[in-house]
This record gives sequence, structure tokens and C-alpha cells, in this order.
Amino acid sequence: MRLARLIVVSLGLAAACFLPSSAASAASTNVAVAANFTEAAKEIAAAFKAKTGDEAVLSFGSSGQFYAQIKQDAPFEVFLSADDARPKKLVDDGLGVADSRFTYAVGKLVLWSKSLDVTKGDEALKAGAFSKLSIANPAAAPYGAAAIDTLKALKLFDALQSKIVQGENIGQAFQFVDSGNAELGFVALSQLAGVSSGSRWLVPQTLYAPILQDAVLLKKGAANQAATAFMAFVKGPEARAIIEKYGYSLDAKN
Amino acid sequence: MGGLSTDIWQPISLTIELAAFTTILLLVLGTPIAWWLARSKAWWKEGVATFVALPLVLPPTVIGFYLLVALGPEGPGGVVASLWGARTLAFTFPGLVIGSVLYSTPFVVQPIRNAFEALGDRPLEAAATLRASPSRAFWTIALPLAKPGFLTGAVLGFAHTVGEFGVVLMIGGSIPGKTKVLSVAIFDYVETSQWREANILAAGMVVFAFAVILAMTLVERRFARVAP
Repeated sequence: MRLARLIVVSLGLAAACFLPSSAASAASTNVAVAANFTEAAKEIAAAFKAKTGDEAVLSFGSSGQFYAQIKQDAPFEVFLSADDARPKKLVDDGLGVADSRFTYAVGKLVLWSKSLDVTKGDEALKAGAFSKLSIANPAAAPYGAAAIDTLKALKLFDALQSKIVQGENIGQAFQFVDSGNAELGFVALSQLAGVSSGSRWLVPQTLYAPILQDAVLLKKGAANQAATAFMAFVKGPEARAIIEKYGYSLDAKN
Repeated sequence: MGGLSTDIWQPISLTIELAAFTTILLLVLGTPIAWWLARSKAWWKEGVATFVALPLVLPPTVIGFYLLVALGPEGPGGVVASLWGARTLAFTFPGLVIGSVLYSTPFVVQPIRNAFEALGDRPLEAAATLRASPSRAFWTIALPLAKPGFLTGAVLGFAHTVGEFGVVLMIGGSIPGKTKVLSVAIFDYVETSQWREANILAAGMVVFAFAVILAMTLVERRFARVAP
């Protein structure tokens, strides 16, 4: 008897979860967000909801993983990538809306440490008085590739290669430093918004190719008014103010 | 293409190495625990047994998270690492072994405990009447009779370590040749759209898993036919 009741209750709960909430008043859209843009995206989504009543449901991860998932028909309607290559590829693949692509932010790379003084970053890197340097997976995350660019431009890559540890995305690269397991690491400036601890070195833009972060409307969202509205909102002045507040620039020149 | 094959072999050999180390350590550490769990009359022994079984239920992220803190400079791992001038055990092979041992413990301890329990008291009492010391009885009677349990435990421990992903992802740092094991390599290949490589490794894992489970079943059936 108890078992039967348990089964009935579980089935009811499962049904409640899966039934489409047809009575929902406002529209919503699924947005895939590159990990470095997490905090800014949350704030933008909140402002978007306040203004339109529509909900942007955010998923966070690495751009590479999202690209693979979108190619396999993941239910995302908007993709805020950490690079410009993958949104372009999605358009080429026929999964993105061609003229929807635009650069919503230009990322800034920072060397950050909680235990060392890295305010003169190139000197701290040259001194090499550390055992682990954390970066994001360079093959999958643009900030990781920018970190490798920087090390190569400083001619330190060969010397430091053995000290590199990789996070799967920039979020994990940050967390390796934050937990103290790596003494220093290359992270996104946006991740340090609201972080006062440790020391940091804003890597000069001359040392790495600009991190152009592109947004693209996916074919799945082309007919969803909430998705197109969210794309327009990210382009608009309110979102741009939030994006700048988190340390991104809005075009590659500065 | 030449680069591709070494890239693919490195995680495979590293994974086998990790699983072998983990299995041996687990057999050494797990046997006394299993013996105690099987023979003790202490009222709190099921508490210990429950603790050993926790990784069966806990998500790998729980273990990964606590390990990252425990292995780090502010945890006991940092103290151990400082013995040879390092700051953390995370991102190292020993760190992965510690994580894997914790994560695979129930898969080794449980079958061995079951095998010891299945012996019952009689063979050991008989040995005692023949004046065998407890340790001699353990080595010459309990251990050989519990062989199927050890075999099952070793195979399960090895296979489970090969199949581990979450813990390694959280404490490994994906260093080629040191901490980038098979499952992480597959994840990376998928993430970077190298699906051919991902496919080779993933298909290999499917074959491996199939072979392990089938072999286990056959071995168990053979022992079952012989034993009673």
C-alpha cells in the first residue's frame, strides 16, 4: 500500500514537472552563456525581465561545450559565446540566423593572484616563484587561448609550460586560484568585479588577440519573440552599461 | 596524424596506471576494513559501513569539492605536499589516487566483506581447534576462501576508477600525462569538436565496460558452481 502510494505521488510529481505550463503569462527564452559572462548575464536578464516581463533562462558553460550541444539540437535560442568563431560556425552550419550576429563585449584578460604580488605581471611571471599557473582550456576557451598568446608574446611559454593547470572553462580557472590550489592564474576581468582580494595585472591588449565575444540568435529562437527581444536588449543602452560595468569594452579598439 | 596517436595513448596509459595504483591500494586498505566489518560485533560498525558506502550515493561533485579544499594549501593535503616543497596535492597524480581511492572504496570493500561474511564462523573455529593462530587461520583459510570476493572487488574497483570523471575533472587540472585521464580527454575532444578522437576513445570504453561486466558474470557463475 505504502509503495503504491509512493509510486502515485512520484508519478504525479513527474507529470507536474513535464507538463507544459500552458497558462504561463510571460514568454521565456533559453540562453546559453559563456562562463566568463555569468555575472553580467544575470544582471542583464534581471533588467530584461523588469523591462519586458519576459524571462531569459540562462545556462552557463564553456563555449566549446555549448557549440557541441547546439549542433546536437540543444534547446537554446540565443548563444552568448566567448569568441566570434563559434557563432560564425553556427551560422555556417545553418543553425544560427545569419544577420543576427554581433559583438556584445570585448573581453579583458587579467593575471590574478591571492598570494603573490602580480601588479607587475610580466616580472612576476618571469621570476617564476610559483608552482601552478591556472588558465582555461586553450582549445575550448578563448581566455585560455589569450593566456597562451600572452605567455608566448612574453617568451615565457616554454619556461612555464610545466606549471600550467587547465580549468575546463574560465570559471574553473578562476576557482583554482580562488581555492588557493594555484598561486596565480589568467582570468577574465569580469570575474574580478566585486573581488577585492589579491593583486592583479591587466594584461596589455598588445600581448593577445582581442577576445571578441559574439552573440547569435539561433534558428530555434527565430520565431520566439522573447528570444529576439533579448537579442535587441543585449544591444541596447541598459545592457551595454552593465557590460561595461563588468570590465568589458564594447569595441576592440580600446 | 602522428601527433594524434600519442595524444590518444597518453590518457589511456595514464588511466590504466591510475586504476592499477588505486586497486592495489584499495585491496591493501580495504581488506582489514572488510574483515573488521564482517567479524566485529561492535554496535557502531554499521555506522562505519555506511560511511564507507557513501560514495555510492554522493555526487562526484561533493567529493571533488571537499577534496579540492582538503588537498589545497589550507587543508591537510597542503601540509603533506609541503614535505617536498609543493603547496597542494591537487593537479598531481598522488592527488588523483587519493580521490579515486575514496571514490571507489565501496566497490572493493563491499564484495570482500560479503565474502568474509559468507565464510561463517565454522572454518575458523575448526582451524582454532587444530591450534592454528588467528593470523594463520586468516592467511591460510579466510583469504583463500574469500577469493571470489577479492576478484570481484578488484575488478569493480579498477573498472570504477577507469569510469571516474567528476572527481578528476574537479581536482585534476587536465595536465597531459599527469592528470588528463580518459574520461576528461573524451570531454575535451567533444568540447573542441574533435569527434573522431572522442569516438575512438568512447567506443573503446564501451567495449571495455562490456568485457568487464561479462567477464565478472562468467567468473561469478563459475565460482558459484564450484563453491557449494
